[in-house]
Amino acid sequence: MAERSFAKEVQKLKMGEGDIFRGEGILAITKALLENGVGYVGGYQGAPISHLMDVLADAQEILGELGVHFEASASEAAATAMLAASVHYPIRGAVTFKSTVGINVASDALANLSSGGVAGGALIIVGEDYGEGSSIMQERSHAFAMKSQVWLLDPRPNLPSIVKSVKDGFELSEASNTPVMLEVRIRSCHVHGQFEAHDNKKPEMSVADALENPRRDAQRVVLPPAAFQHEQDKITKRLPAAIEFIEKNKLNELFGPDDEKVGIILQGGMYNGVIRALQRLGLADIYGDTKVPLYVMNVTYPLIDSEVTAFCEGKDAVLVVEEGQPNHIEQAIGAILHQAGASTRLVGKGPFPVAGEYTGQVMLDGLRAFLKDHAAGLLSDRDRAPNVPAADVVGNLADVVPMRPPGFCTGCPERPIFAATKLVERELGQHHIASDIGCHLFSVLPPFDIGATTMGFGLGPASASAFNTPDATRRSISFVGDGGFWHNGLTSSIGNAVFNRNDGVIVVVDNYYSAATGGQDILSSRADNRTKSTKHPISEAVKGVGVKWVREIDRTYDVGKMAKTLKEALTTPEKGPKVIVASSECMLNRQRRERPLTNKAIGNGERVVKPRFGVDEDVCTGDHACMRLSGCPSLSVKKLDDPLRDDPVAHIDQSCVGCGNCGEVADAAVLCPSFYRADTIHNPNGLDRFLDRLRKRVIDWMQARRESRQLIFREQ
Amino acid sequence: MNVGKHPQVKSLGVKSDGVDTTGDIIKLAMLAVGGQGGGVLSDWIIDVAESNGYRAQSTSVAGVAQRTGATIYYVEMTPDTGREPVFSLTPAPGDVDIMIAAELMEAGRSILRGFVTPDRTTLIMSSHRILAVSEKMVPGDGRRDSSKVIERAQSAAKKVVAFDMEREALDAGTVISASLFGALAGSGALPFLRESYEETIRAGGRGVDASLAAFGACFEKAASSDGASLPGVQNETSPDKPAPRIEGPSELLDQWNALTARTQQLPDAVQPMALAGLHKVVDYQDVAYGDAYLEQVERAVAADSANRDWKFSTAAAKYVANAMVYDDIIRVADLKLRSARTKRVRDEVGAGKDTILNVTEYFHPRAQEVCGTLPAGLGLFIENRPTLFRLLDRLVNRGRRIRTDSLTGYFSLWVLAALKPVRRRLRRHTVEADHRDKWFAQAMSSCASDYDLGVEVLNCRRLIKGYSDTHARGQSKFDLVMSALDQLAGKSDPASLLRHLREVALAEEGTGSLETELALLRT
Repeated sequence: MAERSFAKEVQKLKMGEGDIFRGEGILAITKALLENGVGYVGGYQGAPISHLMDVLADAQEILGELGVHFEASASEAAATAMLAASVHYPIRGAVTFKSTVGINVASDALANLSSGGVAGGALIIVGEDYGEGSSIMQERSHAFAMKSQVWLLDPRPNLPSIVKSVKDGFELSEASNTPVMLEVRIRSCHVHGQFEAHDNKKPEMSVADALENPRRDAQRVVLPPAAFQHEQDKITKRLPAAIEFIEKNKLNELFGPDDEKVGIILQGGMYNGVIRALQRLGLADIYGDTKVPLYVMNVTYPLIDSEVTAFCEGKDAVLVVEEGQPNHIEQAIGAILHQAGASTRLVGKGPFPVAGEYTGQVMLDGLRAFLKDHAAGLLSDRDRAPNVPAADVVGNLADVVPMRPPGFCTGCPERPIFAATKLVERELGQHHIASDIGCHLFSVLPPFDIGATTMGFGLGPASASAFNTPDATRRSISFVGDGGFWHNGLTSSIGNAVFNRNDGVIVVVDNYYSAATGGQDILSSRADNRTKSTKHPISEAVKGVGVKWVREIDRTYDVGKMAKTLKEALTTPEKGPKVIVASSECMLNRQRRERPLTNKAIGNGERVVKPRFGVDEDVCTGDHACMRLSGCPSLSVKKLDDPLRDDPVAHIDQSCVGCGNCGEVADAAVLCPSFYRADTIHNPNGLDRFLDRLRKRVIDWMQARRESRQLIFREQ
Repeated sequence: MNVGKHPQVKSLGVKSDGVDTTGDIIKLAMLAVGGQGGGVLSDWIIDVAESNGYRAQSTSVAGVAQRTGATIYYVEMTPDTGREPVFSLTPAPGDVDIMIAAELMEAGRSILRGFVTPDRTTLIMSSHRILAVSEKMVPGDGRRDSSKVIERAQSAAKKVVAFDMEREALDAGTVISASLFGALAGSGALPFLRESYEETIRAGGRGVDASLAAFGACFEKAASSDGASLPGVQNETSPDKPAPRIEGPSELLDQWNALTARTQQLPDAVQPMALAGLHKVVDYQDVAYGDAYLEQVERAVAADSANRDWKFSTAAAKYVANAMVYDDIIRVADLKLRSARTKRVRDEVGAGKDTILNVTEYFHPRAQEVCGTLPAGLGLFIENRPTLFRLLDRLVNRGRRIRTDSLTGYFSLWVLAALKPVRRRLRRHTVEADHRDKWFAQAMSSCASDYDLGVEVLNCRRLIKGYSDTHARGQSKFDLVMSALDQLAGKSDPASLLRHLREVALAEEGTGSLETELALLRT
């Protein structure tokens, strides 16, 4: 069960000819796939396209009606390999994942796929996770398109353009027998807009048709001598076909006057940013009518030489707006212009920063600088020579406003794992700790400060594999999440450790979901899933590849047990990898699942116990040791109205879900007795009520007795 | 090559008038902490805009930022003329009309990022705080100064609407998105009627009544806000807090009154602190303990003078009280059993009068605590014998969950708390009293030669707090800082050096920086 349900939204996927579709970018892409007769879809979740996978999962009924096969692939490589269905059969297929990390994983399959080429349209929708909000290394997918020679679409970031690019992508793929990558950036995935819908189309050939009528053509298999022919085909057949298609169907767009002395060449995805800068310079109106000529490349690979030279003809200077680095497009355009003997001055990364996102301010500054140098006549006097900068409104705020990186959610079951690790390190000293990708990577941030490296999804333990030597007494610790474990970790990390007799400790953080990407189910998920096979224990898999020392912790909140187990793993004389599978359900998903049920049960009069934690403010002394082992959003500090107290004391707010970490940590770390757990009994039974009455009566009497014999200071 | 659908115009050399053409576009940005429901709010805003005949676009940066990190949402809208406008996907500094900040420091961040400018921005901010981890983990007080943000907001924005919108949401039983929506509507920054906002909430269909209640309350507050008067940062120590009511047997009350009468002999400046201290120590032990406390305060006063504003004796009144009220297991048991505490727990959990509550306490006693609770001689005897001590530790050292709502749990703590009258004869008390006396004597002697240094020696008591490991860590920090006194002797301003050392000690959990500073002092 994913974190967000699109059950309501997917009804929009049934819209027909002429309906106006309103919604998010990713939903629009899904609709476009159906309108274009896609035969199968797959992918791997990850921001910014996680929701695309969620939408597809929630839309399985609609997909089923159309005979479309949907798969939640095990990895990006698996997804891309699935596109092999389009190699021999004229079936349209689409897969999606985040990039560049996804395309890194997929690149083996991608290279094979693009070598042999495709018969049916093959579309790879990559969510380009670049710039603000990104969670990964800052790279571009562009280079993958170039090296494998697949075509790269980068449509203008509005719904009609994105929807059109899905159609263009399939047709281009079929016209040139080449897979096509459709790049959508973070914000265009989540952009809300509208477009005119068309009827959904059943695939002309379904995967069932193909299975029943198998075909093969050895020429498509990547094996010499065919492989050499593939390279020739790419250059002599597929590329010319693609160029012809792109030119003929006008996939790239021109805006603005045709007789201006300057112009801007931009990636489609940069269009809105460029227009906004022009609007602010008074050079375009709100509908995008521009006084500066624009050549918008909705296809950023391959470049169409003739279009580029035609656009530059008669222009003194053109600006290339290309986000990120290396500046592949700028370099290519430079070569085109040079070879054509053009005299147009090419400007690219000069007025723009070489690295980093083209934000609103960067775009405005870059365009203004370019125009000032090459078309000062277009700029107003104010923009040509800007006034003194505005008064400083920021002041010393930078010293006041704290950083707010993402962290573990309230009640997260991973928090106690790292609290335990911190406690064990306190006792046994610091260790080399390798981290992996997933929510658990937040351990590298305060308050835990645990983890030295991250080398890729499922590669945590593999990244500690060098640290395996009899010369050291200390073992390495590595973490891998359940998502990473099934993605790649079982073989690359666990199998690798077994085979190489690694002596390190591996902690598999199992929260029942692919949690960081939005709570999608995976093999070891405990939920029933109508269309997927779940409940395959990680511990069985680990034992299956030969791990002998395996410990399972089925309640990570037991900090003491967690710490004890970790300590045992670090100190046991037993050789070989020590694997601890630490399992507790992702609290975000658990709450989403349980809260409605609990409320219903309370409403139905059933006995329900609801825990919550609190802090005795007069017992707490304000040292905040508990915070340093928690970082829970619901555990905060508050200042008491007491002149004798200097430091604020711990306080737990109403968002507490009663996970137990606070109490367990206070116990395991021998902190202080200020935490308490208060269990509210809803709809108590007779025994509850009897005991409560009895206890209250005795306790009230004891309290009254003691309090009547001493001075009592009652707060008023 | 596609010649775009926009008409090609001859415009060679047409100079721009430099006027931003996006005047008809309303630009609204929102900064929230992940999990605050920013997505819901931007959906609502889109809905209101579209139902009022606007074209609107929203974007967000979701991803891992949702997990409690700072998250940004952005909306643009303009009246629908039939043509598709080109909106920006990101807010730009100096180009935002409405900035919604769902938390006070996020408002600060929005100003920092340039999204709030005096020429045009309406800043709608909730004045409550969600502390960042970096603020919470400091052993001392790591909270950032909220007043700086409020102060800046006033000069940075054209108009500010600020109040505690989280409180309004909680009171209505909903989340802050409803409050922010109400404040946005009430601010008048968007040209839409109140009814259409409410219609949007109703159409959402979930928790409608609670959302509408928060919306309404915040609408009114925002509508009546003149944009000039901002909430000050809430005063943490209210000067007019009523004094506690004292109850007890008349004999004890008489003794108490005698003690309070004695505080009235103290200089005016010292009195409030001395009275607070007196409450604390008498509440902790008994009237005799209060008498001992006042004796120390009076000694400090005797060494002090009005022309130093009684700083030394005020510090003594504060820290002697804290030192006398050391945290031991008897105190914890005593506090956890009180009727006032029962009431506070019930209030905090929101339990009604008849709600049944089970309360579990987390204790982890070690041999140290047990020895401290033994008669002084016996405790010392065990402490001096490592084998015996270890044996005892093995016997007692483990986590104990005690249900104070159950009779056995309550009674076991009741017995512990019953040790209060004999506390002064127990091992822990001897240790604490000895330590306190040495520290106080040091302060007195420092004060005699360097008044400010004396004050700082007293203030160093702030380092000692907590139980078990925490207490041990505080104690070792205290010892480290005090060890600097010898080195400070010849320096020019020993008081501020000592203060600096204390601040360093309070800023981090370990003693790394402190030891570096100390090493520097020695050279």
